Amino acid sequence: MSLSREQIAMRVAQELKDGYYVNLGIGIPTLVANYVPKNIEVMLQSENGLLGMGPYPTREQLDPDMINAGKETVTAISGASIFSSAESFAMIRGGHVDLTVLGAFEVDQNGNIASYMIPGKLVKGMGGAMDLVAGAQNIVVTMTHADKHGKSKLLANCSLPLTGVDCINKIVTDLAVLDIKNGAFHLLERAPGVSVNEIVSRTEGKLVISDNVPEMKFV
Amino acid sequence: MAGFNKVVTSYADALSGLKDGMTVISGGFGLCGIPEGLIARIKEMGTTSLTFVSNNCGVDDFGLGILLKEKQIRKMISSYVGENAEFERQYLSGELEVELTPQGTLAEKIRAGGAGIPAFYTATGYGTPVAEGKEVKQFNKRNYILEESITGDFSLVRAWKADKTGNLVYRDTAMNFNPMAATAGRITVVEVEEIVETGSLKPTEIHTPGIYVDRIIRSSFEKRIERLTLADNN
Repeated sequence: MSLSREQIAMRVAQELKDGYYVNLGIGIPTLVANYVPKNIEVMLQSENGLLGMGPYPTREQLDPDMINAGKETVTAISGASIFSSAESFAMIRGGHVDLTVLGAFEVDQNGNIASYMIPGKLVKGMGGAMDLVAGAQNIVVTMTHADKHGKSKLLANCSLPLTGVDCINKIVTDLAVLDIKNGAFHLLERAPGVSVNEIVSRTEGKLVISDNVPEMKFV
Repeated sequence: MAGFNKVVTSYADALSGLKDGMTVISGGFGLCGIPEGLIARIKEMGTTSLTFVSNNCGVDDFGLGILLKEKQIRKMISSYVGENAEFERQYLSGELEVELTPQGTLAEKIRAGGAGIPAFYTATGYGTPVAEGKEVKQFNKRNYILEESITGDFSLVRAWKADKTGNLVYRDTAMNFNPMAATAGRITVVEVEEIVETGSLKPTEIHTPGIYVDRIIRSSFEKRIERLTLADNN
């Protein structure tokens, strides 16, 4: 069975470590906040200028001056700080954020990512994605392994305009967890009940497979 | 003698000197922390062919969207612009020029512009469409592109509190692009919720020193919410 959006987020949450500063993109990455392991503390960075993002507000807490990078109303946790967008991207570009999780249209075996522009469709802009992929030490991409026609999104070479080059080292899809290194995808884990053959058939780029590929574990 | 009193009481005075074809930097992220009243006044003034430097472009009937509707904007320099239908129409028909700029690069272009730095190297955008036509240079075996800074004829800023000398304090994430915008305008106009007596703000709590600020106008704000998300709905 391929993973649901929530299960992808649950698996990504296992990448979090105690004391991490983390930036979560829009979509599946946002859901990761719901599955932070109970025994660790992380601080969420929102690139408009908030470190220590909390949950959505109650009606009583609602404040139009408190939003996240997805323009959603949010709260700040105890220990949070608020700063300008220039300061925010100094943190990001300067490599101070420990983990960035974001979505993509395509990733290739050289760690290139395409996530903001489909030629012929309206280009809405890259927002902070190019800065995030250029600055983060540690990036996890979440996406479906293939599009709805079955075409792989894990490619030899990205076909769409790039958001960043040689910057992605880990992908969690609905079928698998993979590393990218030395010009290839390396299969680390498969979704429960998904065969290695299925993953092979949905991966266009070079795929390195070890003898024993364990199933993902969910606690 | 006005001395350091920068308070003006009319929008006409606040935006005096704004002319067709000028470049205007605006603070705000989405609809949060935007100078609502100054934008509304530009609509009334009918100033056209403006270049706006702003992370976003408002929605159809609020924020910079109202200037788009009146075709007062010739060019937008933004990181993300997809929240309104009129924008899409003008962009696709070629009436509106758009320079998409990564958000952190945009923030730094304005910051550097205000700080007298004409250009800077950044890894952001290397190898992407953003890098086209830009100088590439290697530092420590990594590739960077040269990005030029931005200054404006006017900067429009929204702050929470100002004293009469123009010292500013922002409120929560309504800060966003406002501190950089404040530094990069030849004329910086600030719209605030509250004007306090000079001396009542602690020197250490001031976000933007008054030296950057030319005019202050007090206003009330709608503070429209773009995406209402509540704990109770989840």
